[in-house]
Amino acid sequence: MLINVNTLSPSFMPIFAPCLTIGAYLFGVEIQKRWRSPLLNPVLIAIVLVGVALRLCSVSYSAYFSGAQMIHLLLGPATVALAIPLVVSIDHIRRGARTIFTALVVGSVTGMVSGYALVRLLGGSQLVALSMLPKSATTPIAIGIAQSLGGIPSLSAVLAIGGGILVAVWINPILRSLKWDSPQALGIAAGTAGSGIGASQVIPQHPLAAAFAGLAIGLNGLLTAVLAPLISHLLKH
Amino acid sequence: MHLLRSYFVLLLFQLIGEALSQGLHLPIPGPVVGMALLASWYIARRKQPEEHIARAANGLLAWLGLLFVPAGVGIVANLGLMRSEWISISVALVGSTALTLLITAYIMQCGNRDAH
Repeated sequence: MLINVNTLSPSFMPIFAPCLTIGAYLFGVEIQKRWRSPLLNPVLIAIVLVGVALRLCSVSYSAYFSGAQMIHLLLGPATVALAIPLVVSIDHIRRGARTIFTALVVGSVTGMVSGYALVRLLGGSQLVALSMLPKSATTPIAIGIAQSLGGIPSLSAVLAIGGGILVAVWINPILRSLKWDSPQALGIAAGTAGSGIGASQVIPQHPLAAAFAGLAIGLNGLLTAVLAPLISHLLKH
Repeated sequence: MHLLRSYFVLLLFQLIGEALSQGLHLPIPGPVVGMALLASWYIARRKQPEEHIARAANGLLAWLGLLFVPAGVGIVANLGLMRSEWISISVALVGSTALTLLITAYIMQCGNRDAH
């Protein structure tokens, strides 16, 4: 390397990390626009590009992450902002309340039970199965639940983000081919199965999808937090 | 000043959510509590969000994906966690996520069809 990034002054990383991250994300957006393939998800592209760049510049993840706080911390206000599309579409939500509630409860329980059971059926340890159980909830909830169930919190974080990326990549092609791609179905499915990252794929597509995705992230988080201790207790026996 | 005021409202509701979440030891993170409070604030008064708030919120949500990249890069750093059981972990993640996605969308679509 011409410049060793690690030897530069501490004020370098808080500029380097956001530039790298935003640049990689914008590149991902352009790529998806040009080839129109859902597999070329901008979040996935940006994660890979930033990962490769860090490896090439031999920057540690912790140094990058503390430099990228400016971006990471915006997740809080952005989550609060999900209230706005929800309020705008409140009549649609009221009208579909029974269906939405059924879909959320069934989806949430399916995610927890199938995650735990599949790991066990494939010969995985109970520790891993408990870390898989809360993976469909938004990452901070998944981490907290893994902690209280006795799983591995950082593994749950990896699985929550990984599951979110899978949903972001799959949701449009799969639901379109099944003709289940009403904005309501896209929103609830993205938020329930893939929380924030899943939602980020459908939010720009339709205001109703944004409203339903925000609702699903919040309620699935709540359902997972309430039901996970009960479900893990039942499954362990 | 509209943009500044909008960001202030979002941060303020996150702060209240954070205080409630930590103060009452809720299992729900502060920003999610803040989202519920902000939504209730408008719904209880039967008000629609002011235009400047809607614009700021939609602006932020338009690139929501970007905000997950710093945490997402951590996957690459934490892949070692999956080394010993990576086959069962990946198959279970793919299977469980697909099942959750399909069943949720299916129920929503059935409900929609009934409504029309």
